[in-house]
Amino acid sequence: MKKTYKIDVDCANCANKMEDAAKNTAGVKDATVNFMTLKMIVEFEDGQEPKAVMQEVLKNCKKVEDDCEIFL
Amino acid sequence: MNKKQKKVLIRIIIAFVLLVLLRFLPVDGYLRMALYMIPYLVIGYDILKKAFKGIMNRQVFDENFLMAVATIGAIALGDYQEGTAVMLFYQIGELFQSYAVGKSRRNISELMDIRPDYANIQQDGKLEKVDPDEVEIGTIIVVQPGEKIPIDGMIEEGNSTLNTSALTGESLPRDAKVGDEVISGCINMTGVLKIRTTKEFGESTVSKILDLVENSSSKKSRSENFISKFAKYYTPAVCYSALALAIIPPFCRMLFMGLSPEWGDWIYRALTFLVISCPCALVISIPLSFFAGIGGASNQGVLVKGSNYLETLSQTKIVVFDKTGTMTKGVFEVSGIHHNEMEDAKLLEYAAYAECSSSHPISKSLQKAYGRPIDRSRVTDIEEISGNGVIAKVDGVSVAAGNAKLMNRLGIAYKECHHVGTVVHMAVDGKYAGHILISDIIKPHAKEAIENLKKAGITRTVMLTGDGKKVAESVAADLGIGEVHSELLPADKVSRVEELLANKSEKEKLAFVGDGINDAPVLSRADIGIAMGALGSDAAIEAADVVLMDDDPLKIGKAIRIAKKCMRIVYENIYFAIGVKLICLILGALGIANMWIAIFADVGVMVLAVLNAIRTLFVKNL
Repeated sequence: MKKTYKIDVDCANCANKMEDAAKNTAGVKDATVNFMTLKMIVEFEDGQEPKAVMQEVLKNCKKVEDDCEIFL
Repeated sequence: MNKKQKKVLIRIIIAFVLLVLLRFLPVDGYLRMALYMIPYLVIGYDILKKAFKGIMNRQVFDENFLMAVATIGAIALGDYQEGTAVMLFYQIGELFQSYAVGKSRRNISELMDIRPDYANIQQDGKLEKVDPDEVEIGTIIVVQPGEKIPIDGMIEEGNSTLNTSALTGESLPRDAKVGDEVISGCINMTGVLKIRTTKEFGESTVSKILDLVENSSSKKSRSENFISKFAKYYTPAVCYSALALAIIPPFCRMLFMGLSPEWGDWIYRALTFLVISCPCALVISIPLSFFAGIGGASNQGVLVKGSNYLETLSQTKIVVFDKTGTMTKGVFEVSGIHHNEMEDAKLLEYAAYAECSSSHPISKSLQKAYGRPIDRSRVTDIEEISGNGVIAKVDGVSVAAGNAKLMNRLGIAYKECHHVGTVVHMAVDGKYAGHILISDIIKPHAKEAIENLKKAGITRTVMLTGDGKKVAESVAADLGIGEVHSELLPADKVSRVEELLANKSEKEKLAFVGDGINDAPVLSRADIGIAMGALGSDAAIEAADVVLMDDDPLKIGKAIRIAKKCMRIVYENIYFAIGVKLICLILGALGIANMWIAIFADVGVMVLAVLNAIRTLFVKNL
């Protein structure tokens, strides 16, 4: 399942870091962050609850870039 | 500017003024340092805070951390002014970047903004504005002059001209009358239209296109992936080199050369490295270039589904075309009347009347060429001879219209036509009266389009068609297409394309251009599938990687030129940014470049790269 989330982040490199952090979160199959459109597209692994996974994604993103936001 | 940016701007101004004042203030020692700390903290407190948080989260190669180390280091070495100035310029750079990105984000979204805000529904004699999402299929909506058509539908009442430029990039207005299908996203220009909707808003053209454009960014190009990988290794590499630079040379000097270690000098050089270590310029300018390229292209009626496709498109060397609907109009038209003694119009009138009861495409095109309503009472004794043609009496005169077999059957001598197409021989009153040539018409810009492609660096053009050999070869010769394969079934087209794919080198990409009708498998098999005339054709929009909104073949070359320009700018930025940084690193290591040059390498390059990236947006005159 794929879902798109709006995000807010200031620098392009931070967006790349967020992408990495999201990709390495358990339950996420793949993730793409687009800095220009400020969107994060997350593909979840089968049988994962997106809401719970996204909380983890947000936590991991905050770790690599404190100044970011994902609008869940 | 938003609030955040304004705040930074004010801090920049305050810090700048303080810095200038301090330069002329005759103080020394700790007081001087204490005074310099004021502008330093004004401009850098948030960076320091973020750096601290980064350490807590074990993000050592965070650019905030690097800036903090570089500037604190400079201050510790006694270069208060430089330390503060580096922080100041870093903030100026960040502000510029955020402003430029925000601005282009808005500009490009505006370019792509074709979303209608409301639909008018007539209720109790009054117009009411409703959300297009709530309008059901079959509802009558009213579109006034100057408004966008919100939902696909059919005109029930009213005549008008439509401006389709938001969808196609084509500024020539299109006429619309009762019974015409209209698509959402067009702007109604002259008259009030009442439209019966045939689709829901979510299924309408405008929604499909918006969806496509908004999600175009999910597929990243090789260059983008290269840059994010590069950034991942670049920063740590530079940091470790900085560390080595601070430690190894002084030790060497001390141990092996017996010189004084000059710690201060080498640490300063190492700090210069840290200032250059931020990969910002690259990381921002590459996606920005692609984004602007896709935005500019969509404004010209060329929708690109991802930056990876823009990249592939720029490397295209082989273009394979479908014939019908791509290079030709796909509708049959009368293209010539030969060997006739009576007037063209009169012969056409006889033909149209004789064929008036047939629904065959050929009869349709005859009637269309005649162009006037048919008065059926003038035709009697219609006899259709299957596979041959028609014999009928028109105004009491016997008329035979059909192929050579019909003429043989009637024993009438006829003249062969040496043009390509379908020939309708005519006999009036038992005598041969000439023949009418009907053929698929080549699109007006097709020839020019092929020439354009060749100029754009396409080395091989191939046409695939299900049509007969004679027709195919004549069209290919007319257009200057090098290679032609005819009499192909849809499955044969796939295998032909696979053959071409197998025989080319990896670097040359193959594009297939089709109209999306029964060539979806080929569109997806090619390196890059281009669908044209895609307005209203969902299948084509789904299957293709690049969608040309109108059916003008000139747009193929345009799409390729846009892609090339975009990629040129992407590479310019990559080489320029990496080049300048490397040079500055070398000069820094040699002690030639100081922190001022380093900050230029960081901020200056970023500003230039961003400005260069924005150039991709201007593709109108390509």
